[in-house]
Amino acid sequence: MAQVTLMRTPTETALVQAFDAAKAYLPGDVESRAQAFETFNRNGLPHRRVEEFKYTDLRKLMHDVAPFAVKPSSTTAAAALSAARAFVGVEALQVPFVDGHFVSDGIAFDQLPEGVEIVPLAEALASGHDWLAHLSPVPWAKDNPVYQLNSSFMADGVMIKVTGAVATPIHLRFVTASTAAVATATRVLVLVDDGASVTILETHESPHGAAHQPNDVIELVAGDNTNVQHVRLNGEGDEALALSTLAVKIGADAFLNSINVVAGSAVSRHQVFAMFNGENSKAQINGVTMITGRQHADSTLMVEHAVPHCESRELFKTVIDGEATGVFQGKIIVPSHAQKTDGRMMSAALLLSDGGTMYNKPELEIFADDVQCAHGATCGQLDDELLFYLMARGLPRKEAESLLVQAFLGQAIEFVENESARDSLIASVEGWLKARA
Amino acid sequence: MLQIKNLVVQIEDKRILNGLDLTVNNGEVAAIMGPNGSGKSTLSYVIAGKADYEVLDGEILLDGENILEMGPDERAAAGLFLAFQYPLEIPGVASMTFLKAALNAQRKARGETELTTPDFIKRVNAAAAKLEVPKDMLRRGLNVGFSGGEKKRMEILQMALLEPRFCILDETDSGLDIDALRIVSEGVNSLRSPDRSFLVITHYQRLLNYIVPDTVHVMSAGRIVKTGGKELAIELEATGYADYRQTEAA
Repeated sequence: MAQVTLMRTPTETALVQAFDAAKAYLPGDVESRAQAFETFNRNGLPHRRVEEFKYTDLRKLMHDVAPFAVKPSSTTAAAALSAARAFVGVEALQVPFVDGHFVSDGIAFDQLPEGVEIVPLAEALASGHDWLAHLSPVPWAKDNPVYQLNSSFMADGVMIKVTGAVATPIHLRFVTASTAAVATATRVLVLVDDGASVTILETHESPHGAAHQPNDVIELVAGDNTNVQHVRLNGEGDEALALSTLAVKIGADAFLNSINVVAGSAVSRHQVFAMFNGENSKAQINGVTMITGRQHADSTLMVEHAVPHCESRELFKTVIDGEATGVFQGKIIVPSHAQKTDGRMMSAALLLSDGGTMYNKPELEIFADDVQCAHGATCGQLDDELLFYLMARGLPRKEAESLLVQAFLGQAIEFVENESARDSLIASVEGWLKARA
Repeated sequence: MLQIKNLVVQIEDKRILNGLDLTVNNGEVAAIMGPNGSGKSTLSYVIAGKADYEVLDGEILLDGENILEMGPDERAAAGLFLAFQYPLEIPGVASMTFLKAALNAQRKARGETELTTPDFIKRVNAAAAKLEVPKDMLRRGLNVGFSGGEKKRMEILQMALLEPRFCILDETDSGLDIDALRIVSEGVNSLRSPDRSFLVITHYQRLLNYIVPDTVHVMSAGRIVKTGGKELAIELEATGYADYRQTEAA
């Protein structure tokens, strides 16, 4: 019989070593981490022959493993937080993280808005907190290698419980202070009790010129009759390789409205794993990606209509300049019992240059017979007729292009209900366009 | 004001304008009439600077300056305005945002200061009231879901706001009912002044009852083949373009 030798890339070998070193100091149950890592390690980093990673070959894109970030001093943390700009001016309860570690003195635990409880994750893992039972609300997320890596290495995060209608948004501010490349792994769990509502803002910032490797997971457990608004901004530095996952389980009669805006990173992959767990619920999941140079941005989405009578809407908009590459993979899964499912998924890409590439892969997997599902995908350029119309009114070409790009992306951004968060996103689109001009 | 000399234009190897000459003086309202396919819309696009056309010969002078080398935005800043036959819909760009961007871009190009928001809003509201453009239309995406009449009114609103010196109306009457035609014409007439000229392109004499021209040109096969006063339009309405089509064949 032929001898089968498993070939490991240097990065994979480094990950094994990193895990061996990390498991000694990472908080909580080593067993479950080891299990996650073992599962990951069986297949190693996903590559182009793994269907879900066909266009984002992590074996190729992840050249090494950056050292895992250590907890910064409180002075370093404070300085980094005061320099961070994302969503400044958006009134919110700030929940800060620096270098992947929760900054506990950046938050007044005794002055939390009514209906909000926050538990630091590192402590919770160490003490075996009750809420930990709610981690991994979407069981099949565990099959995903990016998620497995997070489960193996997660060093810190928070668990948030929302028990009422909370008007003040909760802003998770992830800031990297280190100017040398570091890896971070954070996990945030948000438990939204029946009837509660909350807005979660999430921003990620890191300095340019360092190949940071954040791997962030947010898990939402939305109970019945809940309304959860989620706005995420990837403003990572220009060399970052940013992996992120939103895993969400949605109860009955609930509404989830989530958007991810990619305005940074050399390589990014944002995964949304959503599961309807109660009837008559709706999810609006949007994405906006602005990339240029040699950036690579992947939006991967899986929505499981595990129960009947739910509605999902996905709208992803990608603008590509330079030689950047955009990826959209979306899958709506409707099992045979999920009748009356209504799903609509749309991905539209605008190519501003000849060198840009877009991979669009929408999929429907439907086993029920009484459903309404549709998907669409487009790739195109700016319309010359529209450009001429705007220029004939006096707008210089670049300005005309900018206006059309803003309009294109605005159609996904306008779903954001929090006005100042929406304005901040529009400002980041304007910033991107200005840098382009 | 505008002088076109021996203009020869083709698109995809098809000759559309064949040595067209045309002069429009300061304050003059000139009408161009002609059968389908005579090159009227091409003329308007070429003056405005659309890229698809190849100018083989001739020149277009605006106040003595050849504009053929200028981009559409520079021509607009120089005082040229084309009211489109089919105004385009731009979802996601509120009419108000667009108007402000256009006005300020032109002011900037001319070295003028940008308008403040209150100043701008005052001007828009005044122009909108005159053209019976409701305010909610200005907040909606540009021309999105507008009726044919609303789109044309929006074109004239833009014209009023941008205060061009040379205005081209490309079949502004198409798709308008009588009431809309009246509103649009009144809008245009109120902008007539000794230092603003108009080129009104139309198939029908009807529009010229409302916007009374100083001169009427007949266009056929890419050239101006006859020029006269406003009575020429009435004559054409009676006889049709048959005579001029013969010219085309000759």
